[in-house]
Amino acid sequence: MMRALLRRDLLQFFPFAGGGGAALPLLFFVAVAMLYPFAVGPDPNMLARTGGGVVWIAALLAAILPLERLVARDIELGTFDQLRLRGVSDEAMMAVRMVAHWLSFGPLLLLATFPAAALLKIEGEPLRLLLLGLVAGTPGLAAVGLMIASLTASLRAAGAALSGLLLIPLSLPILIFGAGALARGDIATLGFTAAISLALVAITPFAAGAAIRAAREG
Amino acid sequence: MQARLSAKTLACRRGDRVLFRGLDLYVESGTALHITGANGVGKTSLLRILAGLLTPFAGEVSHDGDIGLLDERPALDPELPLAKALQFWAALDGAQDLREIAQRLNLIDLINVPVRYLSTGQRKRAALARLLGQQAPIWLLDEPLSGLDEASRGLVEQLTKEHVAGGGLCVIASLQPLAIEGLQRLALEEFAQ
Repeated sequence: MMRALLRRDLLQFFPFAGGGGAALPLLFFVAVAMLYPFAVGPDPNMLARTGGGVVWIAALLAAILPLERLVARDIELGTFDQLRLRGVSDEAMMAVRMVAHWLSFGPLLLLATFPAAALLKIEGEPLRLLLLGLVAGTPGLAAVGLMIASLTASLRAAGAALSGLLLIPLSLPILIFGAGALARGDIATLGFTAAISLALVAITPFAAGAAIRAAREG
Repeated sequence: MQARLSAKTLACRRGDRVLFRGLDLYVESGTALHITGANGVGKTSLLRILAGLLTPFAGEVSHDGDIGLLDERPALDPELPLAKALQFWAALDGAQDLREIAQRLNLIDLINVPVRYLSTGQRKRAALARLLGQQAPIWLLDEPLSGLDEASRGLVEQLTKEHVAGGGLCVIASLQPLAIEGLQRLALEEFAQ
């Protein structure tokens, strides 16, 4: 049951899977890394010092690009209702969706970090910290994204603007510790990123499940 | 298997308006119930309450047997070909032969067409295919005839008869009259506030 759900979700959200999943977040991520040196000038020291933070912000924004279709579409299609009738709990649906959402952008984002890092002159130890930080932080970003998507799913008019607004407080801790590890050059800081990420991953299925239940009653 | 669906002193509230109150209902295997009432009287809400998707304002619902719901949303992925979209549910429901069901609903020629290109009526028939594959003894049909041509309407009535004859039960909310023998009737307006 869960495997069939995950398969469908991946087909929906994974770029290049042919099911309508968009590669846009990924392109967006690389585009930011490409444009940044043009905007601030090609000074390698400056790029190396600030580039990590830019990659983090790009990762964060890339994670919220697919939010609009993440939950609202299946509410409109009636998929969640049909699954509910088959005894699948809302929490299980959301847990599967969280995994699918992360799989659809996390690993590809890590791959895209290599060209992005090359453009921003990040190499050696900072690159390692950046990659490890993204490994620790992106599950949290996926969780936050799903939480926001499910909360705003029934508010048709609010859409993207509200999602962006909600993202700021919720993702700030991940960003502070994730990008902070780069500034301090200290891997221990990533422990905090991972811990926050885990906490978000743990509560999101319940929060998002409650949100779509509320949307159903509305 | 004996299927049964019952509700006791149901009331439904939408916003600050109570739509109906004091509704009792008992349907068992081999019966079909037609819920009638004008737009906005709460037919869809009643079906959603019976399905367990909406919490009633008062009263309780109980049922033996799985519930299949057919409403205006087909729950089929728009960009997938019909066969694949149905396959997802068939895999969850452990349905037998999809081809046979598609044949029955005259969908066999459309099986490779993406769902978003299907017309309203074709989409409704596709949703019916999903419902048939589910093999649930309890059918809740919300406006099953809307958007369908005459032949398809006859098919829906035929399928409902067969479902009921095969030991299933059926609750149908419909504005259109249904040509089904032994159909029980419940006028929702009688419970309106």
